[in-house]
Amino acid sequence: MTRTDANDVPRPDARLHFGVFFQGVNHWTIWSDPSSGSQIDPATFLKVARTAERGLFDAFFLGDGLRLRESEGGIHELDVAGRPDSITQLSALAAATERIGLVSTSNTTFNEPGDLARRLAGLDLLSGGRAGWNVVTTHNAWTGENFRRGGFLDHADRYRRAEEFLTVARAVWNGWAEGAVAASADARSWSVPGAVGRVRSRTDHFDVDLAPTLPRSAQGHPVIFQAGDSGEGRDFAARNADVIFSAHGTDFDDALAFAEDVRGRLRAAGRPEDALRILPGTEIVIGATEKEAEEKARWVRLEQVTPAVALGIASRLWGFDLSGRDADGPLPAEDPVVAEYDGKFGTRQLGETLDTVAEWRAKADANGWSLRETVIELGPQRGHVGTPAGLAEEFARFARHGAVDGFNISPYLVPDGLDDIVDLLVPELQERGVYRTAYTGTTLREHLGLAPAV
Amino acid sequence: MPRPALHLAVEIDGDGAHPAAWRRAAHSPGELLTPRRLARVAAVAENAGFTLVTLEDSILPPGADGGSGPVGRIGAVERAAFVAASTSVLGVAPVVATTYAEPFHVSSQLASLDHVSAGRAGWVVGAEEDPAAARAWGRPVVEGADALAREARDGLRVVRDLWDSWEDDAVIRSVATSRYLDRSRLHAVDFVGETYSVKGPSIVPRPPQGRPVVLARPGLVPAGLADVALVGGATPAEAGEAARAAGAPLAFAEVEVALDTPGESARERIADLERYSPWQPGPNRLRYTGPAAGLVDLLAELAGQVDGVRLRPLVLDEDLAVLSRLVLPELFVRRLAARPLPGTTLRTSLGLPRPLSRFTTDGAATPVREETR
Repeated sequence: MTRTDANDVPRPDARLHFGVFFQGVNHWTIWSDPSSGSQIDPATFLKVARTAERGLFDAFFLGDGLRLRESEGGIHELDVAGRPDSITQLSALAAATERIGLVSTSNTTFNEPGDLARRLAGLDLLSGGRAGWNVVTTHNAWTGENFRRGGFLDHADRYRRAEEFLTVARAVWNGWAEGAVAASADARSWSVPGAVGRVRSRTDHFDVDLAPTLPRSAQGHPVIFQAGDSGEGRDFAARNADVIFSAHGTDFDDALAFAEDVRGRLRAAGRPEDALRILPGTEIVIGATEKEAEEKARWVRLEQVTPAVALGIASRLWGFDLSGRDADGPLPAEDPVVAEYDGKFGTRQLGETLDTVAEWRAKADANGWSLRETVIELGPQRGHVGTPAGLAEEFARFARHGAVDGFNISPYLVPDGLDDIVDLLVPELQERGVYRTAYTGTTLREHLGLAPAV
Repeated sequence: MPRPALHLAVEIDGDGAHPAAWRRAAHSPGELLTPRRLARVAAVAENAGFTLVTLEDSILPPGADGGSGPVGRIGAVERAAFVAASTSVLGVAPVVATTYAEPFHVSSQLASLDHVSAGRAGWVVGAEEDPAAARAWGRPVVEGADALAREARDGLRVVRDLWDSWEDDAVIRSVATSRYLDRSRLHAVDFVGETYSVKGPSIVPRPPQGRPVVLARPGLVPAGLADVALVGGATPAEAGEAARAAGAPLAFAEVEVALDTPGESARERIADLERYSPWQPGPNRLRYTGPAAGLVDLLAELAGQVDGVRLRPLVLDEDLAVLSRLVLPELFVRRLAARPLPGTTLRTSLGLPRPLSRFTTDGAATPVREETR
């Protein structure tokens, strides 16, 4: 790693934006460690949010999933599961935090825009303009079994519904003119005549007619986040989002390629390049020395990918039950059965193709890896490992070359997993001038340096 | 010490029960929709010693005062969660209607409210009676008392079953077997109603109270499904009759109150607001107008008839102050009511047992009677 020459980069003044992603449901959160706290106790959420706020993070994110994952014929038991409704949890955190953004992952398929827009606007007002909405879609009928609406959406329609949903939501948020409420109790009425509009929308997916019940917040309305990685998802983000998540934040060239792709889509959508913040998800393992960091990362991977977890991941890839096999032995000799995706396990994290298995075999053979080691090495790249100074140099390079605008950090331990990042990494970044030394605004939009909401 | 006779709840939506209450509020009209104002009202209610606040709601604007009143309102669940985090002993019960909402979401929201409040959540079961709510939701209209009751009942059944769908000890963190959950302690609810079905289980672990406290007016939902009936009655005796007829474990009488303040009598304050719009009495509901001492006497009389009251103050900023200085302290001194104790759940404050999950598989536990169908 070489020290970046701050004068010889595209963005010498870049500042990183950090978010913390409280994932809730996944195998990346280590629950077996004695320091691992409750995943539902409000104290856990408060600790993480306050630590992030102490570290001057832009945002605290909550994930969402509307049906418990299943595997091998029942509820998936191996990973952390069970979490609060995000807007409810964040409304509580609004009372207990001062500055940090509060971002809810909420689904456009299984919500209605009049209701969800109102909830998000309420969170935005209660937090003084710190709300964000990570827009997600679902199409599978399996999740729909939890809803009176059922699984009614074709795969191809999910982004269309999401886009129409956002259009209605924005109309709801912008339904009140500035100064719509009377200045004094002597006025003829509480609201200024004509200042409160009506939203009537008839589209393919919605037929609504409502009177919005809330004014714009200190930031106008909630900041829009989007995480789709497909071309369709990226285009959706380029047209609609203020922030895009991605899985492209580990390898510099990959991150830069993603950022350039997104900027191209932004131009095509007629938006300026600085209208969208790129915050890849990442995991950060810090050690006092490179060796210590590597050892810690090894421990983290082995805790995350227990033999049972490795067999579970391999079972989903191979398409049949491998429990009972030896995860520390070789890969299964059988060919995979490529099954139709049934939606029961969130996203297809590892791909379900013969190509993937062929690649696994080749690399496992070449390196002498066991099944578990193969899962660890070839699973999704999980971020950055190093010393505070080394990581700060690396992150400065990412930011100054425009490969990222920041990172959305998933702590592998909850609630204490951010402590090292805030106490050790943030000061190194501040010293290099790539991280704020104080909040300069009060709203999430201001933290992110975004233009006022329209 | 004998159990206090009367549980005290207060409705804190908007600026008060009178449609023109906003004209006498101690803040500028727009301040109504700020967190500062909400936290202040909640603090006053908690410090006064109320056991519970309720929060009215609808997707439609409040729109009282002949259309000239406030048309803004933050969602009750969001307000309740915010209040829960800014108080420590106060119970918090938002109104939520399942007329159009997804019961799965409602269950998650209320379970989460119970988690963020460490067991202080309640739920006032509501119904969206105005067909305009269907258009705001974008859903087919539900019309008529029977259909509204059906959606309230089915929604409540689903929500309760989802709360029960995680047994208390479903999270096992068994490192030896590599399992975080024990799937045998998680249950599909497999609800099939007249208009929809819901699979389950919940995505939220079981609430600290097992089930948040359910409050409902008689007739909207089957008596066996509510913990607290919110009853009317134009006199204490009538309220007592309604309470006994309701068949719920507890019954609270609805009481509208307008109190004399140091500067003005209750009648003068009402007359001032009547210049703008009339204060229509709630259907068949007690209303008290006058000095604080008279309200104490009325509540003492009610204590023999009902388990609690929900007060609906004329103007929150004025009447809450009198309640907190002159009414509640007197009730506490006379042992007619008690403050909720720190660290207790709302159920405990109300003397309600913590229900076992009806799906419980623990052989030593007392099975929960199937009372929903």
